[in-house]
Amino acid sequence: MITLNQAHFRRRKIVNAVMLALCGVATLLAIIPLVWILVYVTQEGGRFLSVQFFTDLPTPVGVAGGGVLNAIVGSGIVIGIACLIAIPIGIIAAMYAAEHPNTPLGIAVRFGTDVLSGVPSIVMGIFAYTVIVLPQKHFSAWSGGFALAIIMTPIILRTTEEMLKLVPRNLREGSLALGASEWKTTLQVTLPAAINGVVTGIMLGVARVAGEAAPMIFTAFGNPFLSAELDQPIATLPHTIYVYAISPYKDWHDKAWTTAFVLIALVLGLNIAARVFTAWRLKKMGWR
Amino acid sequence: MLSLTKQRASQSRFKELNRRLQHGDVAFRALTILGALTILAVCVAIGYALWDNSPLPRAQFGLSFLTSSEWNPVTREFGALPFVFGTLQTSLMALCFAVPISLGIAIFLAELAPAWLRQPLGFVVELLAAVPSVVYGLWGLYVYVPNFVKPTAQFLNSTLGFLPLFEGPVFGPSRLAASLVLTIMILPTISAVSRDVFLAIPSSQREAALALGATRWEMIGQVLIPYGMSGILGAVILGLGRALGETIAVTMVIGNNLDLSASILHPGYTMASIIANEFSEATYELYIQSLIQIGLVLFALTLALNLIARFLVWRVARRTPAEARA
Repeated sequence: MITLNQAHFRRRKIVNAVMLALCGVATLLAIIPLVWILVYVTQEGGRFLSVQFFTDLPTPVGVAGGGVLNAIVGSGIVIGIACLIAIPIGIIAAMYAAEHPNTPLGIAVRFGTDVLSGVPSIVMGIFAYTVIVLPQKHFSAWSGGFALAIIMTPIILRTTEEMLKLVPRNLREGSLALGASEWKTTLQVTLPAAINGVVTGIMLGVARVAGEAAPMIFTAFGNPFLSAELDQPIATLPHTIYVYAISPYKDWHDKAWTTAFVLIALVLGLNIAARVFTAWRLKKMGWR
Repeated sequence: MLSLTKQRASQSRFKELNRRLQHGDVAFRALTILGALTILAVCVAIGYALWDNSPLPRAQFGLSFLTSSEWNPVTREFGALPFVFGTLQTSLMALCFAVPISLGIAIFLAELAPAWLRQPLGFVVELLAAVPSVVYGLWGLYVYVPNFVKPTAQFLNSTLGFLPLFEGPVFGPSRLAASLVLTIMILPTISAVSRDVFLAIPSSQREAALALGATRWEMIGQVLIPYGMSGILGAVILGLGRALGETIAVTMVIGNNLDLSASILHPGYTMASIIANEFSEATYELYIQSLIQIGLVLFALTLALNLIARFLVWRVARRTPAEARA
C-alpha cells in the first residue's frame, strides 16, 4: 500500500515537473523567432546601410546605390497626417470615457474602441479608399493618412484613458474645490498629470502605423519620386519593403532588407522608449 | 408652500445653467461628447461604406458569392469560396499551434517566473506583436519558409503523405507556411490576454488547491484553467480575429493560388490577400465591388468575434471582485 502511494506520488511529481518545464520551453519558443528576425534583419540590412540610403532616391534595377528618401519623407508625411487626426480625437474621447465610465455613451465608446482595434488594417484601407480615393478618383497621401488615423485612434484612446483613470481623485477634487471649472480642471490638472499616458499612446500608435503596409496598397499607393504633395500618391517605408520583397530582382531584395532594418529600428525603438518613459514617469509620480 | 419650493428649484436651476455657461463647461462637455460620438460614428461608417459600395455582386450573385469557387475576372464570375476556405484553414491551423504555446507562456509569466523576470519577459513577448507585418512577410519568404517550413513540409509529406491533408507536391510558399507565420504573429495577443486572465484569478483559489495537497501543475490544470476558461476562450478568439485579418505577411508566404484541395502543403489564398493582390488592378466596377464585399465579410467576421471575445473576458472579470485579485 505504501509503495503504491509512493509510486503514485512520484508520478504526480514527475508530471508536475514536466508540465512546468514545458511552460518554460513555450516561453523560449516565442523568443526564438524574435531573436531570429532581429539578428537576420540586422545582418542582411546592415550590410547595405549607408548615408546615401537615407539621402538618395531609388535607382532603377541594376544601377548601384540609391536610397529610400522618398519613402522616408512619405512615411513622415502620412504618419503626420494620421497624428493630426488621431491625437485630438483620441484624447478628447478618452477624457469622456475616463470621466463617465458607466454612462451608456462611455460604455459604447469603450466598446467602439475594442471594435476599431479589432478591425483588420486592410479593411481600414478599403474604408479610406471608398471615402477618399473613390470620390477623388486618384490615390493620395491624404487617404493613406486617414486610414492610419483610424488604426491609431483606439491605441491613443486606450492608453490615455488608462492613465487618466490612474490620476488620484483628490487632485481633481482639490482643483474643483479651489473654484476652477471642470474643463480647466481637466485640461490643466488631470491631463498634465496623465501626460505620460498620452505620450506613450502616441508613441505606440506611431510605432503601430509606421509598419502598416496593407492599407497603403490602395490609398497612398507608392511613388518612385520624391513627393510632398498631399493630393498625390506617395511612397511609404512598409509599402516599399513589400514592393521590393516580391520583385524578382536580387538588388531590390537587398534594399528590402535594408529598409526593413530602418523600419524595425524605428518601430522597436519607439516601443522600448514608450515602455521606459512610462516606467520612469510612474516611478516619479509615485503611483506604482 | 409647494409653489415656493418649485420657484426656488427653478431659480437654482437657472443659476446652475448660468454658472455652467459662464465657465465654458457646457462647451467643453459637448466637445468631449462629440469626440466620443466620433468613435462610434467611425465604427458605423466603416460598415456602411463597405455595404454601400458593394451592391453589384450582391445583386448578381447573392449568397452564392460565398459558396461559388469560380473567381474569374475575365469571364466576370466572382465566387469567394477559395478565399473563405483558405482564411479559415490557415487561421484555425495557426490557432492549433499557437494556443498551447501561448497558454504555456501565460502560465509561465503569471505563475512560475520569478518576480524580477516577469516584466522584462512579458515585454519581450509583446515585442513580437510590434514587429511590422511586412517584416514578418520578408523574413518568412526568404528565411523562415526555406529553412524551416519547407523541410517540415517535406518531412510531413514523406511520412504522412498518404493523407489528403499532407498530399504533395511540396511547395515552399503554402498554407502551412502561412499558418506557421500566423502562429508567431498571434502568440503575443493570446498570451498577453490569458496572462491577464490568470492574474485576475483570486489567490484564495491557488491556496485552497495547494492546501489540499495538489502539485503546482495540478493547481494550474485543475483549478486555474477551469476557473479562467471563459477568459482564455476570449483570448483565443481575439487571436483568431487577428489571424483572420492578417494581410501582408500571409500574402507573401501563402503562394496566392486558387487551389481548393485539402492539402496544407499546397499554396492557397485568403480573403485579405486577394484584396491586397488584386484591389489596385481591378479594372471594372463589379470586380472592385466584389473585392469590397470580401472586405465586408471580413469586417463582419472580426466584429462578431470581437463581440464574443469581449463578452467572455468580461464574464471572468465580473465574477472576480477587485479586492480578491492576485
